Amino acid sequence: MNLTLHVWRQAGQDDNGGFQTYEAKDVSPDMSFLEMLDVVNEGLEASGQEPIAFDHDCREGICGMCSLQINGVPHGPDRGTTTCQLHMRSFKDGDTVVIEPWRAGPFPVLRDLVVDRTALDRIIESGGYISVRTGAAQDANATPVNKADADEAFEYAACIGCGACVAACKNASASLFTAAKVSHLARLPQGQVERYERVVSMVAQMDQEGFGSCTNQYECEAACPKEISVRAIAQMNRDFLVASLRGR
Amino acid sequence: MSSDMSNSDRVQKLHAGGPTGPIEKRWDQHRFDMKLVNPANKRKFDVIIVGSGLAGASAAATMAELGYNVKVFCYQDSPRRAHSIAAQGGINAAKNYQNDGDSIHRLFYDTVKGGDFRARESNVYRLAQISVNIIDQAVAQGVPFAREYGGLLDNRSFGGAQVSRTFYARGQTGQQLLLGAYQALEKAIHSGKVKMFPRTEMLDLVVVDGVARGIVTRNLVTGKVEAHAGHAVVLATGGYSNVFYLSTNAMGCNATAAWRAYKRGAFFANPCYTQIHPTCIPVKGEYQSKLTLMSESLRNDGRVWVSSKQGDTRKAKDIPDAERDYYLERKYPSFGNLVPRDVASRNAKYVCDEGRGVGGGEAVYLDFRDAIKRDGRDVIAAKYGNLFHMYHKITAEDPYEMPMKIFPAPHYTMGGLWVDYNLMSNLPGLHVIGEANFSDHGSNRLGASALMQGLADGYFVLPYTIGHFLATHKPETMGADHPAFVAAKQEVEGRIDGIVANNGSETVDSFHRKLGRIMWNHCGMSRNAEGLRSAIDEIKDLRGRFWQNVSVTGQKGSLNQVLERAGRVADFLELGELMCKDALTREESCGGHFREEHQTPEGEALRDDEKFCHAAAWGYEGEDAEPTRHVEELDFEYVKLTQRSYK
Repeated sequence: MNLTLHVWRQAGQDDNGGFQTYEAKDVSPDMSFLEMLDVVNEGLEASGQEPIAFDHDCREGICGMCSLQINGVPHGPDRGTTTCQLHMRSFKDGDTVVIEPWRAGPFPVLRDLVVDRTALDRIIESGGYISVRTGAAQDANATPVNKADADEAFEYAACIGCGACVAACKNASASLFTAAKVSHLARLPQGQVERYERVVSMVAQMDQEGFGSCTNQYECEAACPKEISVRAIAQMNRDFLVASLRGR
Repeated sequence: MSSDMSNSDRVQKLHAGGPTGPIEKRWDQHRFDMKLVNPANKRKFDVIIVGSGLAGASAAATMAELGYNVKVFCYQDSPRRAHSIAAQGGINAAKNYQNDGDSIHRLFYDTVKGGDFRARESNVYRLAQISVNIIDQAVAQGVPFAREYGGLLDNRSFGGAQVSRTFYARGQTGQQLLLGAYQALEKAIHSGKVKMFPRTEMLDLVVVDGVARGIVTRNLVTGKVEAHAGHAVVLATGGYSNVFYLSTNAMGCNATAAWRAYKRGAFFANPCYTQIHPTCIPVKGEYQSKLTLMSESLRNDGRVWVSSKQGDTRKAKDIPDAERDYYLERKYPSFGNLVPRDVASRNAKYVCDEGRGVGGGEAVYLDFRDAIKRDGRDVIAAKYGNLFHMYHKITAEDPYEMPMKIFPAPHYTMGGLWVDYNLMSNLPGLHVIGEANFSDHGSNRLGASALMQGLADGYFVLPYTIGHFLATHKPETMGADHPAFVAAKQEVEGRIDGIVANNGSETVDSFHRKLGRIMWNHCGMSRNAEGLRSAIDEIKDLRGRFWQNVSVTGQKGSLNQVLERAGRVADFLELGELMCKDALTREESCGGHFREEHQTPEGEALRDDEKFCHAAAWGYEGEDAEPTRHVEELDFEYVKLTQRSYK
């Protein structure tokens, strides 16, 4: 099949950027979306033009590095799927595809489709962990964990930190990202000691980075490639309230 | 052959330098014998760590906790994205929670045997001992391992073992363990003890008076080349499977850091030991950019088979049981589908070479029909849901309804920079951990042992041994303005200029694909002398053409992904040749290194313990000179050298 691509090109952080149009020819339905872009890029390179810069690494949907807004939707049309796992069989011959970087104030564009997401690392840095010195741990089976709790903690821990939730949100809120980590650790007995300090620090950092507030539109859940539930946000808000009442 | 081994006057006998005495006491004794750095002095030492995967992140977090100043570098935009994240199946530990006869000694034995007797006994024993601490550490960090209804940890089996010792978090064990280490690293960044440099690539090692003292890096966003000095350097930069172009590694995985260290004098050990993983999704087309692994854990419940007829084009469901050949169960009744990876891969190749692959092509079935019938769809979905989903996404076929099609693909490299018992290379000050070193897996790594080794090195070995180096060697503080750093920086800048100046007509990827094909055909699942010799010539030609006709677009002073790939491919074009030389020189078969000339009548790997019971560590001698093959003899005191059998 043949497609027309409108791709965001931007030389650097200070450049205004704009759309450019490319033809993607003889695209196989078995190609991944990024392989389709690889072929376009190899054509550009062979003719001495600079290829489209985009972030990607594992191409297995787990590293969280790929980040494209495809026809206005983070990671494209398939639910529960990262861009790298999106295949061209989801498109039709003759389609026009608009490809943009994540759009959010705290994610400045570095070049073309590549954005800076280090703000998410700083949210984790502010408290998204359990403090335990290496070697200081007790036997792993000393504290049994209810299976339902362990399974739910896992659901939240599955976040890949891609930032699709932020890109999907009209307020560019990082609530789902932050809440996933808060809820993962709040579900486990090991996470209880720092539970309330954690939620306060992480929410403060999220605000400081310039992410917006949550207004319950659930766009984040719809865009999340790991289908993390917005129940995480409710958990974060509850923990934040309890922390405030406790004067943390 | 003699030309490959001609530098006889320079050959060194390498020694691991580990302790002797009863094997179960060696690590304890060694920890006591090593010198310590007192807490007040630790803050005077700067440690440079390259790579933020399981090994790098865990080492950084632990050393920061101890009080060292740590700088961490990774090429990704965040340390959380290192390719450890993609490890699926699990992590081994000799906890014996299942009461099925496991022990530290058994994990040690299985690993030495699985590695086909080409690993160092002392290291493997230490690894088995530490395995239990890793699980404790990870659980305390909040890693959500799978649990039973009673709330205790669950286990499953992996290849090469008859006990269930693998801890797992669905098919995302690497992700959960890496996030645990990443979170500990982020905490250390917050405390100010770690300075993180994401989107930064190491392009050279700086050696001053024979001691590794720092690195030269390029900022991948601004293009700025910088030198960083420290008291010790740690490479945790992963493996080199991407030399094959198509592999299960992430697109960015590369050998540049290790290769630059090699060219500065670090020895590269056993480069021909590569692991071809048996269960990957087969190649679809020329445009394919990478291969996707389907976890070995699937072999707990999936059965591997092909048709007993050649060129059988019937659909799987139309092939009756009587005409299916469950060849692993037939040939290896005691281990069945859970034979080690090298054995499973080789047998998949054999049946496909016979024309019995799926539709006569290059794939075999991995079938869950019987497991779904036995346990129900829900049970199978709970264990492997994300893997089935991934398979369905990529192939558009539903593995609940029809068997998976799988074929072997490059996955892991057991070879790597040579290190001693302290995980230090032959260059003092340069430490190498995780997949980047060569030490623990011999010539074949068992499933679920890579996560174990990466975390053992990072959490529990290096933080001790690096202290011993700093306390005994007492490196003086040195600035990055030292002439050696200035010179190394200039060399790197010159090399970048040389790459950017190429305005040829062939793309970087086209060279990488060609190299990959040479390596896969001649230095892949099976090798022979003639093929390896021709591969060496083909690689030399390809390398020559690369430097004449590669097209590198864009500038050096900005984010330039073509430039990044060009530098990595240039290094792969050199490494590939060394791999072939190593494979050619090792006139035996062992584990993943299968020389067609050396096999048993049943087609199993035939070792030559008389001549090759050693690790081969290659030393760089200059651009046009043959490298020197140094040797570390391997002694087996506790595991008897035998022909491996999984029958």
